[in-house]
Amino acid sequence: MSLRKFITNKTTAALAVLITAFANTSVFAQDAAAGAAAAPKVDMGEVYKSVIFYILVFLAVCLFIAIIGKALKVYELSREAQGKSVGINWNRVHASLFALFLVIGLYGVYWEYTVHGSMLLPDAASEHGKKIDRMFNLTLIITTIVFVATHILLFGFSYIYKYSAKRKAYYYPHNNTIEKIWTIVPALVLTVLVLMGFLTWRSIFFKVEDPNNKPLQIEVTSEQFKWSIRYPGADGIVGNKNYKLTTASNTLGIDFKDVNSRDDEMADEMVLPVGKPVKLILTSKDVIHSFYMPHFRVQLNTVPGMRTIFEFTPTKTTAEMQQETNDPNFKYLFYCAKICGSGHYNMQKVVRVVSDAEYKSWIAEQKTYLNDDLRKQFNLPVAPAPEKSVADSTAKDTAAVKTNQVALNK
Amino acid sequence: MSTIALHDEHNHDHADHGHHKETLISKYIFSMDHKMIAKQFLITGIIMAVIAMGLSILFRIQLAWPDQNFPFLETFLGKWAEGGRIKPDFYLALVTIHGTIMVFFVLTAGLSGTFSNLLIPLQIGARDMASPFLNMLSYWFFFMACVIMMSSFFIQTGPASGGWTVYPPLSVVAKAMPGSGLGMTLWLISMVLFVASSLMGGINYVSTILNMRTKGMDLWKMPLTIWAFFLTAILGILSFPVLVAGVVLMVFDRSFGTSFYLSDIVMGTDILPNEGGSPILWQHLFWFLGHPEVYIVIMPALGISSEVISVNARKPIFGYHAMVYSLIGITVLSFIVWGHHMFVTGMNPLLGGVFMITTLIIAVPSAVKTFNYLATLWRGNIRFTPAMLFAIGLVSFFISGGLTGIFLGNASLDINLHDTYFVVAHFHLVMGSAAIFGMLAGVYHWFPRMFGKMMNAKLGYLHFWLTFIAAYLVFFPLHFLGLDGVPRRYYAFTEFEFMKKWLTVNVFVTWAAIMAALAQVAFLFNFFYSIFKGKVAPQNPWESNTLEWTAPVEHLHGNWPGEIPTVYRWPYDYSKPGHDADFIPQTVPFSQTMSSNLPHDFEGNAEAEKIQQDWELANPVTENKG
Repeated sequence: MSLRKFITNKTTAALAVLITAFANTSVFAQDAAAGAAAAPKVDMGEVYKSVIFYILVFLAVCLFIAIIGKALKVYELSREAQGKSVGINWNRVHASLFALFLVIGLYGVYWEYTVHGSMLLPDAASEHGKKIDRMFNLTLIITTIVFVATHILLFGFSYIYKYSAKRKAYYYPHNNTIEKIWTIVPALVLTVLVLMGFLTWRSIFFKVEDPNNKPLQIEVTSEQFKWSIRYPGADGIVGNKNYKLTTASNTLGIDFKDVNSRDDEMADEMVLPVGKPVKLILTSKDVIHSFYMPHFRVQLNTVPGMRTIFEFTPTKTTAEMQQETNDPNFKYLFYCAKICGSGHYNMQKVVRVVSDAEYKSWIAEQKTYLNDDLRKQFNLPVAPAPEKSVADSTAKDTAAVKTNQVALNK
Repeated sequence: MSTIALHDEHNHDHADHGHHKETLISKYIFSMDHKMIAKQFLITGIIMAVIAMGLSILFRIQLAWPDQNFPFLETFLGKWAEGGRIKPDFYLALVTIHGTIMVFFVLTAGLSGTFSNLLIPLQIGARDMASPFLNMLSYWFFFMACVIMMSSFFIQTGPASGGWTVYPPLSVVAKAMPGSGLGMTLWLISMVLFVASSLMGGINYVSTILNMRTKGMDLWKMPLTIWAFFLTAILGILSFPVLVAGVVLMVFDRSFGTSFYLSDIVMGTDILPNEGGSPILWQHLFWFLGHPEVYIVIMPALGISSEVISVNARKPIFGYHAMVYSLIGITVLSFIVWGHHMFVTGMNPLLGGVFMITTLIIAVPSAVKTFNYLATLWRGNIRFTPAMLFAIGLVSFFISGGLTGIFLGNASLDINLHDTYFVVAHFHLVMGSAAIFGMLAGVYHWFPRMFGKMMNAKLGYLHFWLTFIAAYLVFFPLHFLGLDGVPRRYYAFTEFEFMKKWLTVNVFVTWAAIMAALAQVAFLFNFFYSIFKGKVAPQNPWESNTLEWTAPVEHLHGNWPGEIPTVYRWPYDYSKPGHDADFIPQTVPFSQTMSSNLPHDFEGNAEAEKIQQDWELANPVTENKG
């Protein structure tokens, strides 16, 4: 019975191996043919040599390991033959390796924290970002303590309590007091974190609007694989749009029947006045993208068919940040963080935070979306561009009512 | 139940006579024996894991050397790597299929499928699963799902490439990317088959555990592995159907012009007719499964490591009841935390606050489990078998990855960490590496039970140390990329000035990943070699208490010749004072261990306590032994 089983077992496994091998070779053959047809001019000789070289290196390593394995076996057998204790005490080896791993690992963590830890984003450049950073630091401190302590215990116990034939383990099935303590303590710590996180979260997404300091509305529309920015123009309101109006000349589908749209301006980069609240209205034309502006701790997905809103206040100008980071080429950026297709990895725009005066002179130079072509399409009088007052981002109170409000933020 | 009765009878009559003719096909292919099905799941899972690991090496090569050509890639991949450079679309296909295979085919089917099938009947004392036929179907549905998923590599437009979460509209609108064509259809078909497979498995596991435990095996005498498989199966049964619902709606959207997930979409200037749907709906449906899914992945691994740690520390698992209750807590809570994947997707921020609270609460039972593991090791007598090494590795990964979860579960911090490499590092540690280590611990531990052979321990040691070190080298540095604002699923870091400083780290990580991949050769060789040439396993190689080690090494359909053993005690009587051996199997009655019985053992049975007291009065000498 056992022999039969052994043989049949072997057959199945051999079959499995054969099938996988066959599958692989057929892939190889097919693709090799395709590859050869596609690029006959590439000289593959060198390539095969280097591939073969690496395979040989790997086989040599395997051989080396096999030799060590055999040597260990011979050593153990000879010890056994001499009647001494059996060969290597692997329990001790592993215990020591765990201890070594603990020491080197902790040093590695320290190295990572200091070396890679110094390559990270600079301090937040927005008001709410500072709160997030504080939250992060607190969480980092707590988790690092727990991380180090538990690992010292884990590998420390592994080292201390390695197997010994002379000893018997301590029969200790439970201790309710201890278990209560280590249920309640994490629960308390987490309660603190939850509470702080919850308050921070609320303060970011549930803002009470200050009527004297209305936020600057900016609409950002994502599509594969670029961003379009729309400034509100003199009225301070970004006008309506309707995706059904999209044409080659009106790529965002702006509805110019809405008076508020007519003065909306386009921009190649996002320029923000420092210290002034900004209300980002995020939309998407095709698939979901994510508007990610890490220096300001801002991220929100752009979803087709839905407007999402993120409000924040930049606190440092680009120039200030260049000084702070000691990098004259420093630029704020926003880019896409949600997988959106082949160009996902390169979908970025520059953000410039400037003084209020600089912002005003910049915005005065921007063109409106509405041009003569579109005027014709929308049956609007083709007249010289309406008088361009210096955009005052402070919207009139009554005007704000007209903007479409979204599920978000209200 | 009729099936069970039949089997019982059948094995009573003919057990071990080889009376019934088993052909190659009925024994190895369309087998209804849970042990064979477990092996089928395991070997398929291993093959899929090797494939998914290969895919990950491919995209790691792209990330490390974005400017370099690798002509041999063109040899293998043809037009997807023209000139030896992986194309962006194919890069996304690689990460998508890597994720799908690893999460569903390896860590769900490969892990639960293997060990639930192998251990549930053997550890609770049953002849087979409640429904062996359903069990067989479960494997074959899984197998078909694997084949269909892999077949998408052989079609013109390539496999699905919208990420393993396949968010619409990217995955629904065929024009959005090549992978959203036929490849995505195959992905959906494969997923429906997979869910059917895991439901059949799950229903079987639950009914077997509830109905077919042997005499004396009450719920509180079940090993923690069984508890973990039980709760995992419940999770799967309750959450997987939601995924199917979502998938069916997606099929409608893709093929029949409905608008469940689509609205207001313009591809370039092409206005799609869909109106009224919401892409966020898919995210809710997906993550309603997706979050329980990560616990479906990790809980069996935790169950396995509980057993392995207890056996090899020669100590009862600390706080058995707390371990069970924390598993139950995780099971319940895991249904109300899915929104933490959606903090910044445009979901109402009010919900974000709620989901943050539930998410951070789930850290409490996880912390309890970790501390209980540590307490189990304390004053143990630890044998570092390969399984034990992997179980300790699991605890380490579970801690490291779990702690970074506290950052991501906090909605405010998630704003800047969402969809960055921080997330990648987090889940690869806590659910990727930890669950894989749980699976490997299980393979090393129960290999003797599966194949009747021992694996080579030294190769196991080599495998563990290389993998353990390499996994940390791969995933630890990735946290820092995320903290610097590097998004995941980026084809190359070349387009951003600030990402260039991470290129060297990428090269390092890729070499570590290659080292980890090569280390698996030690495992694969060991595994397949030992099936044939391994040392024959003794009856109870790890001196373990659980029932599976009382069954004969030679497999037979029905598991035990003659009667199924009766269970008298919990499975963790290791190093009990007063007993001469350092383990007492569950099948040993208290009457045979008078010297080591504790008052607690009798659970308030006054008669038994009286007998014990009388015995202790009569034998005062043995008291000192303890």
